Amino acid sequence: MKKFAVIALALVLLFSLASCQPAGEPAPGDDTTPDEKGEGVMTYAEYIAADMDARVVVETYVQAKQSWWEDKATVYTQDKDGAYFLYEMACSKEDYDKLVPGTKIRVTGHKSSWSGEVEIIDATFEILDGSFIATAKDITALLGTDDLINHQNEFVSFKGMKVEASTDADGNEAPFLYKWDGSGEEGDDLYFKVSSNGNTYTFTVESYLCGKDTDVYKAVKDLKVGDVIDLEGFLYWYEGVNPHITAVAAAK
Amino acid sequence: MRKSVLCLLLIAALSVVPVLSLSSCHGKGSLPDFQVPDEFDSSRNYEITFWAKNDTNLTQKNVYLQAIEEFESLYPNIKVNIRLYTDYGRIYNDVITNIPTDTTPNICITYPDHIATYTTGKNTIVPLDDLLKDSKYGLGGSELLFDGPSYDEMITKYLDECIIQGHHLGIPYMRSTEACYINKTYVDALGYDLPETLTWDFVWEVSEAAMKKDADGNFVLNGEKVMIPFIYKSTDNMMIQMLRQKGAAYSTDSGDILIFSDDTKELLRTVAEETEKGVFSTFKISGYPGNFLNAGQCVFAIDSTAGATWMGKLAPHADISPDKIVDYEIAVMSIPQFDPSDPKMISQGPSICVFNKTDPQEVLASWLFAQFLLTNKIQITYAQTEGYVPVTLKAQQSEEYLDYLSRSGEDGSLYYDVKISATKILIENTMNTFITPVFNGSASLRDAAGQLIENTVKSVRRKEYSRTDDYFAGLYSSISSLYRLDQLKQAQSGSGSFRSDLGRLPKTSAALIVCIVLAWTAIGVFSAAAAVKKKKNSKNRQ
Repeated sequence: MKKFAVIALALVLLFSLASCQPAGEPAPGDDTTPDEKGEGVMTYAEYIAADMDARVVVETYVQAKQSWWEDKATVYTQDKDGAYFLYEMACSKEDYDKLVPGTKIRVTGHKSSWSGEVEIIDATFEILDGSFIATAKDITALLGTDDLINHQNEFVSFKGMKVEASTDADGNEAPFLYKWDGSGEEGDDLYFKVSSNGNTYTFTVESYLCGKDTDVYKAVKDLKVGDVIDLEGFLYWYEGVNPHITAVAAAK
Repeated sequence: MRKSVLCLLLIAALSVVPVLSLSSCHGKGSLPDFQVPDEFDSSRNYEITFWAKNDTNLTQKNVYLQAIEEFESLYPNIKVNIRLYTDYGRIYNDVITNIPTDTTPNICITYPDHIATYTTGKNTIVPLDDLLKDSKYGLGGSELLFDGPSYDEMITKYLDECIIQGHHLGIPYMRSTEACYINKTYVDALGYDLPETLTWDFVWEVSEAAMKKDADGNFVLNGEKVMIPFIYKSTDNMMIQMLRQKGAAYSTDSGDILIFSDDTKELLRTVAEETEKGVFSTFKISGYPGNFLNAGQCVFAIDSTAGATWMGKLAPHADISPDKIVDYEIAVMSIPQFDPSDPKMISQGPSICVFNKTDPQEVLASWLFAQFLLTNKIQITYAQTEGYVPVTLKAQQSEEYLDYLSRSGEDGSLYYDVKISATKILIENTMNTFITPVFNGSASLRDAAGQLIENTVKSVRRKEYSRTDDYFAGLYSSISSLYRLDQLKQAQSGSGSFRSDLGRLPKTSAALIVCIVLAWTAIGVFSAAAAVKKKKNSKNRQ
């Protein structure tokens, strides 16, 4: 009985960590299969070159899962060349549970753009053999440049960012807000501002991706204006760059 | 001896189980009919739950919190716990999930379409007919501790919108409609004057004119690569309003689905043609209309009047960075019409429903709070957060509210002119508003109406569209199946406390139960007799 309890607890911990730690299992950079594309499958370059609304077929690897809702899954994926955000892909709950970080999938859907975020919508998928976990790429130097968008949706890191004050609806300064205007509460998305080289950016802890019990959610709530931090997350876009942060630590 | 007793107990138990199990299939666990108590028992403490919706708007949240604080000071024995949502759909799903376990909230903000589905649980929703007119605790009742509206001070049209299955199953909380937010600077630049009443033909014509490009492929109007002249936020409303304006069918009051018609096909063909020209898109496909409007990438943006604070170059809730907002003059008008002489627009906005509980005193406490939300202060302050209008004449005709409306443009927040202009559209067109029939499944039909447009637009963009009847037959079939509209009638006849109360057991079922009970009783009697006989024989042998 005790053994069972220990194993169960270990499994729970493992899954809870994985839910917000793309670099969980397998290890970052793990690559058990050559990244060859199947027949009729686009390379990342071909995907980028495809017109909006075009039918696309890609093979990619799950990095993190944002949500499952009414047989639709929203998933962050990436291969060695670039990233693909899969929005509300048709997915049973049973299959969703199989989409652990690293899982290789072939996705068929349509390329789309919503408020600047390029994504694949109305997609279906099948699970393939293979595994790959992306290592966070440091793109701090690309902030504010035209090159930044070329890394859209990738798992990235930012180094030495300074926490700036946000202003809530009452005009008070705060290191973070629940929801974009401070109207939310515990469990809602966290919005906070960080700066680098004089430019300020809004970063988000997406509550479906990293809920209130995750380390990153708690860490952002502990931030103070002026803190200098390193961050990891997915380079999401909403009317401009709006990374979904998955890890925060004091700058090294 | 012990064996015989056990045997008898087992027989007795077996004879009861089938009866219980059958009765449990037939409504056991449903709540009793609510009867208005003669008196509110203020000697007891109550804790009620309120599921509310705000539009990611801190001021709205604060209005709720302030309302609770003031209500609790009037009724210290009633504690109100609030749970805030930003999405009606989530409230709906959570309520549906909680109905089978009788763990619904006491009160929630909701749409009438959703209330109709909540009635699938027997006695889940409290009919408010008696409560509304109760002399002590009804609207303007003698025992209320607050100055609420009387029945005659409610706007009848809005109150009637909550009549579902012949009963008041909710009360209105706020009302809005849709408005067309227009980049007037662009319309002028294109050489057009805005008509007194916007028409669909005008919107399409100006939108097509906005598509002109220069030699570099940039739109002449804004000098950019991006221009979507016409973006609609809620395509379900778009389809519903177009059909109503055309006098075309949508559904019957009893839930017959009439939307898959030739009229709908013609409307979709127009949408497809305009999409092919690049002039039209939707929120779901491209993004918030207000963001495109404020960025100078859109001419006509249709959204709720309750989204007015997102519109305009000085919008208090602008959702794009300030450097992307262009300088432009905004005009706010009613949605486009097919017949300007007979305008029609949707009435929407949150309503309130009260959930039944086993304790009628708890329900009464909930009703008191629901009614408190209709008092002037709450009605006016909440309406001022967006382009909402109060649902009571008492609030709409109050000096405070009239003063508010008269001060349009005095500042960029409370008196934000775009917001007040949007509000006035509804106030001036209250009699031109309509709602769609409410029945179990009407929420799905509404979704389907929007999806017809979304799928058509996507098909065009993906070059999968054709004008043929075959295309529309396929579209209708897939949408009907997706939203299970083909199964609606079956669902309606199998549920709904007011529509199809299961009532008494059929005679044949009752007879069957009686036979089972008699059979097991007979078995029991024979077994008992056999045991007694055996015992006697045993004694005789001794």
